[in-house]
Amino acid sequence: MNGSNFYLWFIPALPLAGFVLNGLLGRRLPKALVTAIALLAPLGSFLAVLNAGFLEFLHTNPQIMIPLTIHLNGHDVLLRPAANPYSYVETFGTWINVGTLHIDFSFVLDQLSLIMLLVITGVGFLIHIYSVGYMAHDKGYARYFSYLNLFLFFMTVLVLAGNALLMFVGWEGVGLASYLLIGFWFNKPSAAEAGKKAFIVNRIGDVGFLIAMFYLLLNFGTLTFSEIATKLGQDPGWTGGVVTVICLCLLLGATGKSAQLPLYIWLPDAMEGPTPVSALIHAATMVTAGVYMIARNHVLFDHSPFALNTVAIIGAATALFAATIALVQTDIKRVLAYSTISQLGYMFLGCGVAAYSAAVFHLMTHAFFKALLFLAAGSVIHAMGDEQDMRKMGGLRKKLPVTFWTMTAGVIAIAGIYPFAGFFSKDAILYSAFQQGSLGKALWFVGLLTALLTSFYMFRLWYLTFFGESRSPEVHPHESPWSMLGPLVILALLSITGGWIGMDRFGSFLGSVTGGTIDPATAAGGKTLDLALSGVAVAVALIGWYIAYAFYSQKPQRPAELAAALPSGYKLLSNKYYVDEFYGATVVKPLLAFSTYFLGWVVDKAILGGLAWLLGGISLFSGALLQRWQSGNIRSYAAWLAAGAAALLLFVVVPWSFVLSRLGIHLNWAGR
Amino acid sequence: MSSLFSQDVPLSWYLLLSAVLFALGVLGFLIKRNLITVFMSIELMLNAVNLSFVTFAHQWHAVKGQIFVFFVMMVAAAEAAVGLAIIIAVFRARATLAVDRIDLMKL
Repeated sequence: MNGSNFYLWFIPALPLAGFVLNGLLGRRLPKALVTAIALLAPLGSFLAVLNAGFLEFLHTNPQIMIPLTIHLNGHDVLLRPAANPYSYVETFGTWINVGTLHIDFSFVLDQLSLIMLLVITGVGFLIHIYSVGYMAHDKGYARYFSYLNLFLFFMTVLVLAGNALLMFVGWEGVGLASYLLIGFWFNKPSAAEAGKKAFIVNRIGDVGFLIAMFYLLLNFGTLTFSEIATKLGQDPGWTGGVVTVICLCLLLGATGKSAQLPLYIWLPDAMEGPTPVSALIHAATMVTAGVYMIARNHVLFDHSPFALNTVAIIGAATALFAATIALVQTDIKRVLAYSTISQLGYMFLGCGVAAYSAAVFHLMTHAFFKALLFLAAGSVIHAMGDEQDMRKMGGLRKKLPVTFWTMTAGVIAIAGIYPFAGFFSKDAILYSAFQQGSLGKALWFVGLLTALLTSFYMFRLWYLTFFGESRSPEVHPHESPWSMLGPLVILALLSITGGWIGMDRFGSFLGSVTGGTIDPATAAGGKTLDLALSGVAVAVALIGWYIAYAFYSQKPQRPAELAAALPSGYKLLSNKYYVDEFYGATVVKPLLAFSTYFLGWVVDKAILGGLAWLLGGISLFSGALLQRWQSGNIRSYAAWLAAGAAALLLFVVVPWSFVLSRLGIHLNWAGR
Repeated sequence: MSSLFSQDVPLSWYLLLSAVLFALGVLGFLIKRNLITVFMSIELMLNAVNLSFVTFAHQWHAVKGQIFVFFVMMVAAAEAAVGLAIIIAVFRARATLAVDRIDLMKL
């Protein structure tokens, strides 16, 4: 935009200020002030996003919401048009300027980052409010909010970044915030371990991101997203080869951050953190960074069909894999964690079939309903006195009416039942997958199967928690305070209405950033196919609901019978396919052995230790010799001083070259 | 002035005398045990240096050397005052002035 200033730096700066204030002074400030700072930071940020984006945006692009139709190279498939290309860049200074490498501190606001920012700061603000109630009696109140604000700072930097390196700063920063918050109750060994696990597993993915950046620099000479896109557009020869390598490396980074196969293992353990953290970081925002990163770099992925297919297959496989594990989990938060992994799999599937805007659509609706589900679960856990095992819950419907009704909205939304938010976005992804040839149809089927499982395990959670008789009669649950219920209600409304904007309008809004979307009206199969697929998806979700009802409400003994009938299958699932054990045996153990025996014993103890011992011995020995000089007798020092002075004098006064030449010795001073 | 440093006495003689006096001072500093004698040896060294300053000042007709001598004398006087005070304090505390036996920083 010419001339106008959107003050984008406000968006990350406010949470950063909150972090600094609460982090440095929080323990000395009164609690009310800590709360005020903690809440004002994300609220201000949210308002800054609204100001920067929404108003200016629509004001300058009034035609943005109107879909048009264009032809694409005479293809049968007509694409929805992009809105006006809109990309507002704010540069604050030069970061690196070495040779041909030029990297700025620059923020980019376009449709994609605007939607992400609205979700992050909006949902983030709600979760901050919720946290006020949830963390009210925690000793680390100020520390908690300073970390939460720190997370928002890095997340907004990640999203706003105009180049890969600045994005990487945010990327690492949210990893740090995630680590700090998972291990928030660091007195608990399991929490500290989970924090470390998350950090280390993410590090593996980050290596991929780094290598991708090196390759980008090597081949494009720039890390700025828009310049990469321009260079790719200028030369159609960029296909396969190096682009595939870059994309696969980026994908590795995305699988780490977004908990996809094979690096998803950290997310279930991350549930050790406070529940609002699980909602904000490990469900709604941070874990979607991988999806955002792929969407941001979609021009690269578009040039590598192989990489795109890999993304789609990893997404679909993860979706199914995590959903099956979620079937038998008994910890309410772990069910939600696996469901998050599964839903992120959907988003990857969407990216993989080049339906980036559908993936971002699902990202947005998922942020609403998954944040809602986690917060509602937190309310349940709070009410049950920190009990997370669903087998000990039950019958909470009457005792926690608001939590029950809001959670119901979330469950129906994630199950994908019309007209709740999850239906629209999931349907858009599945529809796009179905359009992508035979591989796409297979992926569509996997997605459909996952939808069935999703519906089943979510209603299982619902029945186990809220229906039947209480299985812990000694606990007297009480509804949470309104600071917690308020966000639940707002998120429930969003979970219901969030999808009503529809894929058509959402897609055309995002179109200029993420490419066009398929318009069902003109695509193969027409509107009928779209409706049919939607119908199948809803039917499948209802079947899942019915099975859950049959198993957990009608005849509660059925699950146990089934588990007894299929002991090996049940064991495989409840042990999460032994993936942790597998990684332990194939990666962790060998690495540990290598570190202990080779690095520890050979390198450290033998080589370095021996060297240090040798050096120490030499010093000791020469010290023993030299210490005789240090007699403590001042006059001996004076004598040495006098002797030294005399020697210097002798050296200066005596004409050595003359004396030596008389003795027949000729010195040659540098050829003179 | 010229009658005092007549041309009959060469420059090297003054310098030699200065060197001899300085060496005697060093020697006395090193081998004498009595703290007062050590102190006097230091004064001897200072004055040996003063002599060479004056000699050179005369030789090069530069007044700087003589100014230095006054500085040295002033410092020597201050040093004598402080040093003697320390010596008295040491003697009161230890009842000895043998430098070998004054080997602790603490009185």
